[in-house]
Amino acid sequence: MTRYIVRRLIGLIPLLLGISFIVFALMNMVPGSPTSQMEFNPSIKPADIERIKENLGLNDPWYQRYFTWLGNALRGDLGISFINAQPVTRTIATAMPNTLALSIPSIILAVAFAIPVGVLGALKRNSLFDRITTIFATIFYSMPTIWLGMMMIIIFGVQFQRWGLPYLPVAGTHDLRSGGGFWDRIEHMIMPVITLTLVSLAGWTRYIRTQMLETINQDYVRTANAKGLGYRIVVMRHAFKNAMLPLVTLIGLSIPDIFGGSLIVENVFGYRGMGQVLVESLNTSNYSVAMACVMFYAVLTVFGNLVADVLYGVLDPRVRLD
Amino acid sequence: MTDGSGSGTVSRTEDSLAHQKSVEKYLSLGAAERDHLKETPGFYTRAWRRLKKDRVAIIALLGLVLIILFTIIAPLLERWVGVTYTQTNLRAALLPPGGTYVDAATGETTRFWMGTDGAGRDILVRLAYGGRVSMMVATLALIFSLLIGMTIGAVAGFLGGFVDTLLMRFVDTLMCIPSITLLLLFSVWMKPGPVGLAFVIALLGWTGVSRLIRGEVLSLKQRDYVDAARVLGASNTTIIVRHIFPNVVSLVIVWASLALPSLILYEATLSYLGFGVRMPDPSWGNMLNEARELFRRSWWFTFFPGMAILLTALCINLLGNGLRDALDPRLNER
Repeated sequence: MTRYIVRRLIGLIPLLLGISFIVFALMNMVPGSPTSQMEFNPSIKPADIERIKENLGLNDPWYQRYFTWLGNALRGDLGISFINAQPVTRTIATAMPNTLALSIPSIILAVAFAIPVGVLGALKRNSLFDRITTIFATIFYSMPTIWLGMMMIIIFGVQFQRWGLPYLPVAGTHDLRSGGGFWDRIEHMIMPVITLTLVSLAGWTRYIRTQMLETINQDYVRTANAKGLGYRIVVMRHAFKNAMLPLVTLIGLSIPDIFGGSLIVENVFGYRGMGQVLVESLNTSNYSVAMACVMFYAVLTVFGNLVADVLYGVLDPRVRLD
Repeated sequence: MTDGSGSGTVSRTEDSLAHQKSVEKYLSLGAAERDHLKETPGFYTRAWRRLKKDRVAIIALLGLVLIILFTIIAPLLERWVGVTYTQTNLRAALLPPGGTYVDAATGETTRFWMGTDGAGRDILVRLAYGGRVSMMVATLALIFSLLIGMTIGAVAGFLGGFVDTLLMRFVDTLMCIPSITLLLLFSVWMKPGPVGLAFVIALLGWTGVSRLIRGEVLSLKQRDYVDAARVLGASNTTIIVRHIFPNVVSLVIVWASLALPSLILYEATLSYLGFGVRMPDPSWGNMLNEARELFRRSWWFTFFPGMAILLTALCINLLGNGLRDALDPRLNER
């Protein structure tokens, strides 16, 4: 087991190098540089722009800059923002907790709801409950996240206020006037987290239902039934445990989607996390920040996959990890 | 080649004689008997029959046809409402659905069934034109990703060995990067029009299908009929195109119908973030983008484009589920 993990960790190195190289190359092939905004500004002299470029190291060929970046990044220095000269690590450090505050609760909530709903749907196949949940799952599966968020804002943020009902804040991570206590932050999280949850919940419910249906038709479940075991034991011990195994992989593989979703949700709700920082930095050609954001997503995804694989091996004795 | 009657070498005349005989026999049959002869439905006929029995799938298909019709008749809608899709009128801005605008000078009344946006453009007409762009981008993206994915999948699966490892490692690497980040990068880089945008989406959308095809080709290439074709001297291209490809078509159809909704959502997301279809071309996604500032007070501004995306994606998803069941009878039990 330990050997397997170590081997996989070593395998991550070329993978992450590859990703960083591809992304860095892409960013630097993009026309437009952090200084292109300044070129339209009559009060900035061309000589100054040249000097800024020289200071930021933008005059070196990109592959040379890649190795400089890589060397610094390995020592924990992600460079400075091309726009406001803040260290990138500081920007990331303020944005990252917000992204995690949205994505982690939503993963937990989605799993917590998807498992019972999917399993019950499979056990009581074609019942009213099954039909209704399947319909809702299909609808939410087809729904644009952006629109779901906007509709939530209209209903729970705006209309509820109009109707005199308790309403939720529509944007931001906390109340700017009061500075934001704990409950205030929670209040701001509710709508983004629910939006993000609903989107992955739909897909996962369908998946779990299919898995469970497949499992309860297996021979060993029939055997367990035939030898007279109780319904509860057959379902929980024989079917459920086996049906849940692929879920580990599914969650691992869904991590990119969850971060993609959080990028959208952050934008809709003005929730300042990595996604917003990324979009902003791409809009201003602020590549040092953008690079850090993409790598943040990539590292989490890669580790998510690794954890999923290892967990799968731990949970399923049939899989040997050597 | 031979008609099975025995003699080893069948000359061309004998062959055509046999053919003529069978034609005559067919013509001499009564109508009922002829129909009976036709009753050897192929794979796709049977699949279509199964699909026809699936009520949900057929309703979804009808819905999809209606949505496509709606975008096709966009110019007619324009004439019916009386405004073009780019025509702004700040005095008629943000009218609610069904609201009317009376021109003070001419006394002409315009009714906006889905309301107007922040610049006073008719949302109904823009929705029809936006649908054209959104669906075109999604469909082209699908075609491009199929072309890239099927080629790479087939090559990897068929050649195997080093090429396979290299290509699949590349696919793994791509799959590790959240695709939306790369999509944003590509869009910044190329500043694409609708066709370019479809290509950009396809640049990242092909990985799934390439894996699918690779797996299928890996198993198909070991079948006896492939060996037989090779013994007969068929080239790799012939084997892939004539013997392997027809066997993966149904798989590809199912994949495509289930991937298309997500491509529509990708277009919407990119355009919403301002990296997709650019103004003044409307698309469902950039209509959502335009609504960003004003939707809190004017729900119709965002409701209708989002609903259009939802309904389209829903219809395709349901149709895709039906297609999967119809094309893969083994799964019918579920």
